[in-house]
Amino acid sequence: MNMINMKDFLKGSGFIQPIWVFVIVITVFFSFMSEYFLSIGNLGNILVQTSTIGLIALGMTFVMINGNIDLSVGAVLGLAASLSVGLQDYGITIAVIAALASGLVLGAINGLIVWKTGVNAFIVTLGAMIGVRGLIFVYTEEQSFYATNFAFSDFGAASIGPFPVLALIFLVCTLVMHLVLKKTGHGRNTFAVGGNPEAALDAGIRIGRHMMINFIIVGFFAALAGVLLATQMGAATPNLGRDYELWTITAVVLGGTKLTGGFGSITGTLGGVLAIGILRNGMNLMQVPAFYVLVILGLILISVLIIDQRLNVHASKGVSI
Amino acid sequence: MSTTAISRNPRHSADSPSPVLSLINITKKFPGVIALNKVSFDVRAGEVHALLGENGAGKSTLMKVLAGKHQPNGGQIFLAGEKKFFENPKQAKKSGIVLIHQEQSLVPEMSVAENIFLGSLPLKWGNRVDWKKLHADSTEILKRLKCTFSSRDMVSNLSIAKKQMVEIARALVFTPRIVVFDEPTASLTDHEKPVLYDIIRNLQKQGVGIVYISHRMDEIFHLSQRISVLRDGEYNGTLNTADTSEDEVTKLMIGRTLKLDHASKPREFKENMLELRSLTVKGVFEDISFNVRKGEIVGMYGLVGAGRSEVAETIFGLRQPSAGEILLDGKVESIRSTHDAVARGIALVPEDRKDKGLILGMNCRDNMTLSALGSVSSMGFMKTSEEKVVYDKYQRAMKIKTPSWRQKVGNLSGGNQQKIVIGKWLHTHPKLLILDEPTRGIDVGSKAEIHGLIKELARSGYAVLVISSEMPEVLGVSNRIIAMYEGRVTAEFDGDAVSEDKLVQAITGQYVTETSGPAHSASA
Repeated sequence: MNMINMKDFLKGSGFIQPIWVFVIVITVFFSFMSEYFLSIGNLGNILVQTSTIGLIALGMTFVMINGNIDLSVGAVLGLAASLSVGLQDYGITIAVIAALASGLVLGAINGLIVWKTGVNAFIVTLGAMIGVRGLIFVYTEEQSFYATNFAFSDFGAASIGPFPVLALIFLVCTLVMHLVLKKTGHGRNTFAVGGNPEAALDAGIRIGRHMMINFIIVGFFAALAGVLLATQMGAATPNLGRDYELWTITAVVLGGTKLTGGFGSITGTLGGVLAIGILRNGMNLMQVPAFYVLVILGLILISVLIIDQRLNVHASKGVSI
Repeated sequence: MSTTAISRNPRHSADSPSPVLSLINITKKFPGVIALNKVSFDVRAGEVHALLGENGAGKSTLMKVLAGKHQPNGGQIFLAGEKKFFENPKQAKKSGIVLIHQEQSLVPEMSVAENIFLGSLPLKWGNRVDWKKLHADSTEILKRLKCTFSSRDMVSNLSIAKKQMVEIARALVFTPRIVVFDEPTASLTDHEKPVLYDIIRNLQKQGVGIVYISHRMDEIFHLSQRISVLRDGEYNGTLNTADTSEDEVTKLMIGRTLKLDHASKPREFKENMLELRSLTVKGVFEDISFNVRKGEIVGMYGLVGAGRSEVAETIFGLRQPSAGEILLDGKVESIRSTHDAVARGIALVPEDRKDKGLILGMNCRDNMTLSALGSVSSMGFMKTSEEKVVYDKYQRAMKIKTPSWRQKVGNLSGGNQQKIVIGKWLHTHPKLLILDEPTRGIDVGSKAEIHGLIKELARSGYAVLVISSEMPEVLGVSNRIIAMYEGRVTAEFDGDAVSEDKLVQAITGQYVTETSGPAHSASA
């Protein structure tokens, strides 16, 4: 009896998701290992550092719950960053708007192709990942761009009181996307389409449109992350955003979203994003060499998923091999 | 329940050789359903024993128990006098029991030979595949089956019938003791059937016991020595083929004195809600014409594969007609998508509720409101309190048994799941309700409830089309019955007056229209 309750508790059918248990555990651990860890400054740091992956992960959560995936986010981020810096001769506003628009358009194209052709999103966005990275090189001619307007780079370092602006933007977006997923018809249909596309279709849901909207959402957030990253660095390099799709997917999966679709939450994703951020930051403070950090992150990802699968064994009963 | 079992015990048919396989008092329960209730069945060496029953009677379940896919909750299996318990299909296979499936289990991207020897590829030293032997052995087996294709052909390039042959070839790799054919001719052409019959006779000569599941009487009488009948998960008797007639078998299948409650059927019909005029989807069904009036229940009866579900899918916008018209409320409508269909007041409760009707990982409430989110939201935001009101309304009206609305529908019994699907559609306030096999896999009690519900809905003005392959269901709820056979309407009957024999004839293509039913103007 106790076992079952424990399992329910860990499965998150109670009020706390497993990833948050993990976040709390590592927070406590690092606060003992380093006195600096729990300082407001460092916590703000973690949030700023994670905001890039975090913003993309918000959109990725929608796409993955929907049963798709988007591998092109890293490239989209890179292109938006380059545009937001490279177009500053036309004014910051226009540069930023163009950068964000590029994300919306690329997301829409991904979504449209997946919707209309039925080709697997993995393949479509894999192509987009390569192609968009190519576009960056075409546009930048392999040059890095540096922001000439200080207002742009100041924004990246700005804070309201003790809170960094970038961290606040991330938290507000998180709250908004949480509400969209939980409270809107689009959010509900996103779950339905990912959970059982045939049943969703039979229920009269326009599954293609919801897929496309979600690709646009993730495209937008990738572009937003790109712009904000550029403000942090005051520059954009053509290779910016490489591997970010993998970190994003890692964070989302850690947060309990299923690759097969139909399950997931923004709160879980926030936990996943923070878990990665805290581990990196904490190990940094402990002066663990960077290469080992990667090894440990990889091991943790796999372990968490194994535990998750064990907890859900009951759900998948009947599929015995 | 088992009081009548003694007189029908198959082992009482005295003067016969002892069976090579005996299933005794097999019981299999699934959550909420007893699929098999103390069923006994045996097969003698060199015999073809036909197994008959309506859809859902338990034939497939029984065979899955035999093949080790399901483990029985009670009863025993004896193979050649030895007691067996198969924990998995591999053990059954090792004991010489081979199941040839309806749904095929081939690897499409592999060659015929690799598929035949899948899991038992001949090897030479170094764990390398002995391709020469593989193809030589496969060719040998294919020759025995008189197959014209090569062992090197890719399975994905073969026709369905040829794939079926590969399945059969697989069974011949080992010397099987029992071979189960589950509707083997469903995908074969008339030209290919005799080859199958030859194979079966060959196996018989080698002393193999054959279980033959089929709906087609002519095949069964052609091949089998004995016929056993299952009904509603219970054993219902065994007949010697030589001493019986199609009529007798049919009676045994339908058997029960149907307590048809014609009185409770709806009686007030208004104008046409749905009218089909020569609706055709090329290669699927042809020239389908009938109508459903408001307040009326029309039953669509036929075997699996007769094209019934496809007609429903076309009305619901999942398929596009290649000819003919769909009229709703007297107006010709073009329905391009399910969204169109829902907007026009059509609801389809699909045949396979788990695959098509429900999002199993979602809770009861969310499934219930899925088709009409607009009604419980404003400005795109859900109003969960209103959703709850909607859910409570249908939960009470249909007596859905669940601990709470938070329960995932995957955990409910079949009957309650079906009620959720129906509730979901009622909430869209449809004018035409199509139910495809509304009570498949649902226990008897819930069946009656759902039948009652369907009648009540019709009385309150819905036009209802019920698709079913269960005769008592069709007879029990329909005002009119449309019979389909191989993509055509073969007859239209009065639901209160038609005899069971006529219905069976109509869906097996033996019925010659004598009434005004849309004649099958077969263009040979």
